[in-house]
Amino acid sequence: MSTHISFRDVTKRFVVRDRASRRRTEFTAVRGVDLDVERGEFLVLVGPSGCGKSTLLDLLGGLAEPSEGQVLLEGAPITGPGLDRGVVFQQYALLPWRTAQGNVEFGLEAAGVLRRERSGRAREFLDLVGLGGFEDRHPHQLSGGMRQRVAIARSLAYDPAVLLMDEPFAALDAQTRESLQDELLRIWQRTGKTVVFITHSIDEAVYLGQRVAVLTSRPGRVKEVVPIDLGDRTGQADLRSGTGFARYRHRIWELLHDEVSRAQQQEKEVAAV
Amino acid sequence: MTALLESRPSVDEEGPASRVAGPSVARRVVDALVTSVGKVAAIVLLLGVWETAPRLGLVDDTFLPPFSTVLDAWWRLAADGQLLDNTGASLARSLSGFGLAVAVAVPLGLVIGWYKSVASLLGPLLEVFRNTAALALLPVFVLLLGIGETSKIAIVFYACTWPILLNTISAVRGVDPTLLRLARSVDLSGFRLFQKVILPAAVPTVFTGIRLAGAVSILVLVAAEMVGAKAGLGHLVNASQFNFAIPQMYAGIITISAIGVVFNQLLVALERLFTSWRVPVGS
Repeated sequence: MSTHISFRDVTKRFVVRDRASRRRTEFTAVRGVDLDVERGEFLVLVGPSGCGKSTLLDLLGGLAEPSEGQVLLEGAPITGPGLDRGVVFQQYALLPWRTAQGNVEFGLEAAGVLRRERSGRAREFLDLVGLGGFEDRHPHQLSGGMRQRVAIARSLAYDPAVLLMDEPFAALDAQTRESLQDELLRIWQRTGKTVVFITHSIDEAVYLGQRVAVLTSRPGRVKEVVPIDLGDRTGQADLRSGTGFARYRHRIWELLHDEVSRAQQQEKEVAAV
Repeated sequence: MTALLESRPSVDEEGPASRVAGPSVARRVVDALVTSVGKVAAIVLLLGVWETAPRLGLVDDTFLPPFSTVLDAWWRLAADGQLLDNTGASLARSLSGFGLAVAVAVPLGLVIGWYKSVASLLGPLLEVFRNTAALALLPVFVLLLGIGETSKIAIVFYACTWPILLNTISAVRGVDPTLLRLARSVDLSGFRLFQKVILPAAVPTVFTGIRLAGAVSILVLVAAEMVGAKAGLGHLVNASQFNFAIPQMYAGIITISAIGVVFNQLLVALERLFTSWRVPVGS
């Protein structure tokens, strides 16, 4: 396997202007992040709230630039957004005036796929995410899980090498979330994409990730990268109840525990100021 | 969850779905009948009071003739072509002013809304103009453009511009930021971003402005025609009052309100057509 994405000592600072005092203060979201992602790997980033998980994803997506260090994709620094990376947002980000089909075609239009090829490709990817027969539905006619499936199909259809997922299942109910997790693993195995997946759920991290990178509270650093070896997940009936799963779950819980209480402490301090 | 349940295309769920649909359609028809009867009832009641109150001597029938007398006057106005001429004159003015306002204010609003600096620069000025009653400026328009068609169309244009412009600006400013992030993530920029995301997202709010402007166009025009005009429904109403032709005056008034209602309904229908994706089908 070769390295697909690498973070080299990445720091990201934001300038925040305080409304009351009108003073500019600097705020470090992530500091000195070093992380490599292999080609075709499923990597999960997990961390307490406000630890800069989404900042890392924005850097990868080219929606933000690092203040220090470099984010490399195929060995070259990322200079901006591009169709070699597909982003799946937590809030689905579907265009409400387009049908499911139209939403998938949106990405294809951006990629410059010819008109006559678009509808076939869109249908193919809606089938892949299990939404065959729902092409003509508008987003408001679909459930939350189905909307996220459409968004996943949209990101896959223009064939990016990397799939960036920002807490995509956080807004879904437990059953829907589990079935989408299985679906995602199946799609990942079939397409061989590199997936960077952000979550705050330990269970989700252990269930999905080949490796789980645990981040510290703000400023976010990589505390530890835990390799998860649970074999073929989709082949096992109730993986989540197994002892192996529980052991990994506990390991990551331990790593996160102190960080979560520190993050809460930080939030209280911010609120007090 | 309901969407999930409704939309499973499996055969065994088709049965209960259609069984549910049967009574609900019948109920919907009954509901629609009840509400439409209710709507008509209020109008019928008003007309009934209008008809009987003068006849019973509750009000002076010189100032409020019975509805049937007004209807009769309306019919005679319609027959001798006066009504048609005046309505034509009014509609031509208000539609040209309104059409011009749509043609100018929508593109202008899109540009202003898109460039944040322009929006914040022009914001206070637009607020001042919007809050200046258009009719207060009527003397200025007459002074500058005379009492002919130009000043009438110009005042309608002026009054219609603000609701459309301000709604269009806020429509562009209010586009869901997640959609903008999505567009950026697929490297969509400039014209294509505008065409594929901003414009369709703005349509509903822009239409609200257009609908407001539709009402304004008739309101302002009638007032303008009362001040100085040789034709038009506002002129008809005013002149009838001067000549003490009271039934004709009321005939003019009901024509104006009928035009207002029809124009609004047309715009609502047009709005539905353009924003059908917002109306949940079957709920």
